[in-house]
Amino acid sequence: MSGYTSNPRIRAQESLPWIIAIAAFFLLPEYLSLGARILVYILFALSLDLILGYAGIITLGHSAFFGLGAYTAGILGAKYGVTDPFVQLVAAAAAAALLGISTGAVILRTKALTLLMLTLAISSIVLEIANKASWLTGGADGLSGVQVAPILGLFKFDLFGRTAFIYCLVALFLGWLLLRRLIYSPFGAMLTGIRENTARMHAVGAPVYWRLVLVYTLSATMAGVAGALLTQVNQFVGLNVLGLEPSGDLLVMLILGGVGRLYGAFVGPVVYLVAQDYLAKQYPEYWYFGIGVLLIVVVLFARGGILGLSDKWLQALSRRRSSAKASAR
Amino acid sequence: MAASALETQKLCKSFGALTVADDIGLRLSPGARHALIGPNGAGKTTFVNMLTGAIPPSSGRILLGGEDITRVNQAARVRRGLGRTFQITTLFRKLPVLDNVALGIAERDGVARRMWKPASRHAEIIGEAERLLATLGLSADARTPVQDLPYGRQRLVEIAIALGLKPKVLLLDEPAAGVPSQDSHHVLDVLAGLPADIAILIIEHDMDLVFRFASRITVLVQGQVLVEGTPQEIAADRRVRDVYLGEASHA
Repeated sequence: MSGYTSNPRIRAQESLPWIIAIAAFFLLPEYLSLGARILVYILFALSLDLILGYAGIITLGHSAFFGLGAYTAGILGAKYGVTDPFVQLVAAAAAAALLGISTGAVILRTKALTLLMLTLAISSIVLEIANKASWLTGGADGLSGVQVAPILGLFKFDLFGRTAFIYCLVALFLGWLLLRRLIYSPFGAMLTGIRENTARMHAVGAPVYWRLVLVYTLSATMAGVAGALLTQVNQFVGLNVLGLEPSGDLLVMLILGGVGRLYGAFVGPVVYLVAQDYLAKQYPEYWYFGIGVLLIVVVLFARGGILGLSDKWLQALSRRRSSAKASAR
Repeated sequence: MAASALETQKLCKSFGALTVADDIGLRLSPGARHALIGPNGAGKTTFVNMLTGAIPPSSGRILLGGEDITRVNQAARVRRGLGRTFQITTLFRKLPVLDNVALGIAERDGVARRMWKPASRHAEIIGEAERLLATLGLSADARTPVQDLPYGRQRLVEIAIALGLKPKVLLLDEPAAGVPSQDSHHVLDVLAGLPADIAILIIEHDMDLVFRFASRITVLVQGQVLVEGTPQEIAADRRVRDVYLGEASHA
């Protein structure tokens, strides 16, 4: 995907997610709040793909940034009367970036299992702080009554989620544009280098540690924005945005879609959240079972996720076509 | 006295009671072609690891171009002009050959931090990588993933990455290791064609290659410098023969 030999031009099929999203806006008006949630999770999954899929940083603590962003927006809107959505987003981004750089600087000196445990520890600490500081966060009850002013003073968040959907779609589009740019840049190529062979990156003079701290901070910032969006859409924030569970859910989404291919972060949340929505209605007690089966199937039969599988099928199809052509001659 | 390109002074390394490098002094002048040889377990790898900064020495100093780099980290040594190749091929296996070289050039040029303009539009990096690959006869493989190349060519990519860093001093850690003998002449051709101003320290088991390439040879035995001299002196040295014949008689 990235690198000095790859073509950075936007291909036709890359418009597909946006066409589908706009079509969904008109065709599925009763599902727009689910849609907005999916868009938020796509942005969140993109931020994970940047560090996991490209830089090879494995983490179970990405919800710390998502949750911090969510609570920053929520606290500003509910407690301090800061209701402008953009101000909330910027504040959430800044808070998440700060947490990203300070924790990243400590934990990115380690790798593999140690790193995984440290990310888990950090997200657990953040969860516990949010739980205990109930005067600020509402604790286990969550923080309701988050005020969000109309966007640009014009577009009020409506009951049907129309504004929320378009708002999240625009945010996701901008996030995708920036991330895509980053991945195709020399910086993105360098990240791939670190993932593929860290020893060699050291040996060509790359300050690997600092680069990892930088990309971790960028990813944290993006996750923080996604968290703030979720708060603004729900006008509520609760402890379920923090801790192991949302981090694990996110990882499952990305694995379902396909890691390190940018669009896996689009496919995964759609499949996961739609399945969750459907299964939770049909089998309220067993819906996790369905998600579990889905994950097992993907890991066993479709390494590289759903997108990896569809790539394989497309390749097989084009090979069959070309051999059919050859035999027709 | 002109500044040496690379110099070690009384370099020691011990792991507990085990001393693997004992008082090693080595001096490469600019443009040197120097070989480091020695039987297995002589401490060659430890010595190289101290030079590159992978492990810290217990005592002693390392000077690069007259500057003390003993406490400078690995990546910073590279940026100061100390390049290396690996004994065991250490490449970006899934990436095309061109990217393998370009990643290094981008680091040297300071382009690797850029986040906006697509990598494939950095014509200056790609052009330089292509010219470098051409000098090594790798042009046809530029777009091929490294893992699809025969091993002998992978060894050349290893050298290409190091050359892309424009090092002042180059450590070649067994560049011909694992290369089938019918291909090793190609590696030798490449080595013979390396820019004359780079000081090169080669660690190699292939004596044929060592004696053809190096103008000075240091023999390391049990962590100590046994002898240093021209290839003729080394070939004539009784102690060196004893070390190698002794080893040969065990084998």
